[in-house]
Amino acid sequence: MMDNKNLSKILIGIAGRWTLIFLALEIIFFSIFGTNYFSLKNLQNILLASTTVLLLATGETFVIITGGIDLSVGFMVGFSGVICAKVMVTLQAAGASQAVAISSGIIAALLLGLLPGLVNGLLVAKLRVPPFIATFGMLGIAYGFAEIICNNVPIMGLPTSVGSIGHGYLIYWLPGKVFAFLQKPENLTRLELQNLVPIIPNVTVITAIVIGIFAFILARTKFGQHTYAIGGSMDAAERAGINVKRHLIKVYMISSFFASLAGVTYVLRFITGRAPAGSARLLDAVVAVVIGGASLYGGTGTILGTVIGALIIGALETGLVNLGIPTYNLYIAVGCILIFAVLVDQFFPELVRKE
Amino acid sequence: MEPLLEVKNITKRFGGLTAVDNMDMEVFPGEVVGLLGDNGAGKSTLIKVISGVYHADAGTIFFEGKEVRIDNPMHALRIGIETLYQDLALAENLNVYANIFLGREKLKRFLGLINVLDHDYMLNESKKVLDRLEIEVPSLKNQIRTLSGGQRQAVAISRSIYWNAKFLIMDEPTAALGVAEQKNVLDLVKTLSSQGVPVIIISHQLHDVFSVATRLVIMRRGKKVAERITKDTTTDEIVGLIVGSLPGDYGDVNDGAKETAQVDKETGLVDEGQEGKQ
Amino acid sequence: MRVLSDFFSFGISRTKKRKVLSCIGRNWALLFLILMLMLFSILGKHFFGLRNFSNILLAVTTLLLLASGETFVIISGGIDLSIGFIMGFVCVTSAIIMRDLHAAGFPQAISILAGSSIGILLGLIPGFINGVLITKLRVPPFIATLGMWGIANGLAWRLCEGFPIAFLPSKARDIGMAYIAYYSPKKGFSLFDRPVLTERADILNLMKIIPLPVLLIAILLVIFAFILSKRKFGQHTYAIGGKVDAAIRAGVNVPWHLIKVYVISSFFAACAGLLLVFKLNMGIHTQYTSSYELFAIAAVVIGGASLMGGKGSIWGTVIGVLLIGTLNNGLMMMGLPIFYRYIAIGCILIVAVLIDQLFPELVYKE
Repeated sequence: MMDNKNLSKILIGIAGRWTLIFLALEIIFFSIFGTNYFSLKNLQNILLASTTVLLLATGETFVIITGGIDLSVGFMVGFSGVICAKVMVTLQAAGASQAVAISSGIIAALLLGLLPGLVNGLLVAKLRVPPFIATFGMLGIAYGFAEIICNNVPIMGLPTSVGSIGHGYLIYWLPGKVFAFLQKPENLTRLELQNLVPIIPNVTVITAIVIGIFAFILARTKFGQHTYAIGGSMDAAERAGINVKRHLIKVYMISSFFASLAGVTYVLRFITGRAPAGSARLLDAVVAVVIGGASLYGGTGTILGTVIGALIIGALETGLVNLGIPTYNLYIAVGCILIFAVLVDQFFPELVRKE
Repeated sequence: MEPLLEVKNITKRFGGLTAVDNMDMEVFPGEVVGLLGDNGAGKSTLIKVISGVYHADAGTIFFEGKEVRIDNPMHALRIGIETLYQDLALAENLNVYANIFLGREKLKRFLGLINVLDHDYMLNESKKVLDRLEIEVPSLKNQIRTLSGGQRQAVAISRSIYWNAKFLIMDEPTAALGVAEQKNVLDLVKTLSSQGVPVIIISHQLHDVFSVATRLVIMRRGKKVAERITKDTTTDEIVGLIVGSLPGDYGDVNDGAKETAQVDKETGLVDEGQEGKQ
Repeated sequence: MRVLSDFFSFGISRTKKRKVLSCIGRNWALLFLILMLMLFSILGKHFFGLRNFSNILLAVTTLLLLASGETFVIISGGIDLSIGFIMGFVCVTSAIIMRDLHAAGFPQAISILAGSSIGILLGLIPGFINGVLITKLRVPPFIATLGMWGIANGLAWRLCEGFPIAFLPSKARDIGMAYIAYYSPKKGFSLFDRPVLTERADILNLMKIIPLPVLLIAILLVIFAFILSKRKFGQHTYAIGGKVDAAIRAGVNVPWHLIKVYVISSFFAACAGLLLVFKLNMGIHTQYTSSYELFAIAAVVIGGASLMGGKGSIWGTVIGVLLIGTLNNGLMMMGLPIFYRYIAIGCILIVAVLIDQLFPELVYKE
């Protein structure tokens, strides 16, 4: 029986990390059957393509852990993106420098983007509106306002530096020669330009830093602990003296902060502000969180799990494109993975981390 | 000896329904008092008045000799009155020491900048209090949902003790437990009282109450009908007092008083004896 | 709640006050609808008229079907997110069958009938799968139907490759565009038969009364409303939503019942898909722009259901749908751009829930 015990320990260890293994298998699969899938360029593409979902899913993780849900994040991306773009364009036209215009746009978007979160939080915590309804109402309102601001037309004409930030990389490496930060090295020959290796997109850096900070908050601080507690038993949390209402408001504001950050990165990447941006990503985000081990009833989930979930979807999408398979199959695949993820959590509860 | 807790003339009404009627009670240090009565007798309401959930319509509460006004549950907690309801108020998804420190987590500095949870401290302190109460759990790092009912009770009690509860009220502590676990919890109660913490225990399991309580207070229709020293009475006598077949110490309670076990048509409130007793 | 009871302790005619407020609270959606109708009639041109009302009814047919199916699910305490794409899936599938049979030379009637029945039958399968996932494998409804949402979406898309399915038997459109009665000043009143008119003025003056699909849907709704409110099946649905344990102990076969509930939802979604084929004369499937399921849920909630289950009714859902539809139409008639509708519906939804909360004891059906 000793052997069995060790064996089952190993199996549990593996199965507990099934998402990571699945991701690895995915990448291996596409690397074999696809073209140039396992290349620095493509792997970075995966990260870039997953940006929106990564951000939305991280914010959504907090909300889902408390047992709620935030349906408004999809349209919040458009809402903040439109604000960001509009401010940039307006300031630029008023003669402000690029630096001022761009930073003002970003700050405005991030600040104003907290408002819907605040409203969501108030509705859910103080007025006890079910999260599903409150955030659904908010999504309509956010979308409405977004369209009003941009007048139904994508905002164009942004300052040119936006493109260099959004498409820029942290490091540029010319093998054997130059190592440059943030900007392409000057005076390169045509051949050298072709061989230039860009490493780590700026956008990914921002994403990673912010997600990293909040992952730390969730895992190691009192705030994170209380978030889990509320998800586990709102009653217990209240009786332990936690100000549940205030905490929930903060959680929904975190979610909308991440959604507005996603909107900002959208603007940086696509150099335009569009109202319907990101609306399709809501479901991907929720799926990512659930794949990552969270339960929709609350109380469980980790940022790391969510990140893996988001990458699974991103890698899948990129892989299907790489293989030339029509993307509608993506939906079928993701749907199946989702159900599989939940079944695993159901039938193998021991895999739920015991710390 | 002065009573640690004393309530005098406590009355609580809900619309036309008098749930608690001029109730007096004392609890002395180290006592375990069994509060008994049938559904609708007023036990839960009295307890909720003491723990701050309800405000009494009349009467006074004395704690540690001083008159106190208990405005809300947090206030009661701060004075040192801890109430353990049937649902225990534990977070299933957190582990043992996280629950003990819930809301009052110990923090330490990380890199001199940020405050993070001090898991080691909380783990050790929890171990200490569990040992003090002679409780055994497989691992303090296990989530509460992996613990049995009795172990959960134990954790809830440890939490109260750790935070220096001066007074413990337990509502149906053994209701959902198996036989062996019931014994464990009752032993725990005895340990508590031996350490000087008085306990009011509400329970329908008469033999449980008989095994731990030193004194019994019986209520019926919101009033106190009798008090007995446990060793001087029998279960039969208590049952009789509870249902009213035996007259109480203070005259006949059956004097045309309204049936308390009724639904008040105006406010729609159901008799408190039926709430959440599942 | 304490404030409310304090308020009621003043005044002599407590019960009378309660009764009035209860009546308002319970029927707020209907009152709001009437209010809106009046408002738009004043503010908008051409709002108040047979033609526009017919338009509203036509526009809400899809939502009516989807929301009715969703009503059963929500009352049972669950949720079904897959209806939008089941609709698309069935739309495309029936269209393909109709087109292929027609092209193969079968008479129109057969192609249409075959396409319809097979489409509906196939449309029951996702509902069945949903039910099994939820009851036997204990997948939370949100997830199960979300997964099905994706799968149905992918399948539908795969079948039509993104292109609408055309070349359907033309009779289909005739049915979809038919009205029950027509009145023309020239030719008088006629039932079902669209009068043949040549003069342009005559065509413009043709009054069309009650679209045929609306009638069929109405019949369907009446049947299911009857089942929900008067039959044992309906009672059990409420019971499961209210308190599952009580239902189990009362002997209700909860797993089976829930499977049936999700099949009903799927059935209605299939009907909606089929209806689209008749209305548009093609099979079409749009991807993520279908917020249909969310609107259906909104309609059900506005109509008085609670997401926790145990409350709601077909009639309430109908009012909820009409509310959304009227709002949509009215704002459009007033010339307001589409985004205001989103904002408006968002607000109404939240108000619906708030009102529900203010009067929980009063709104609850005895």
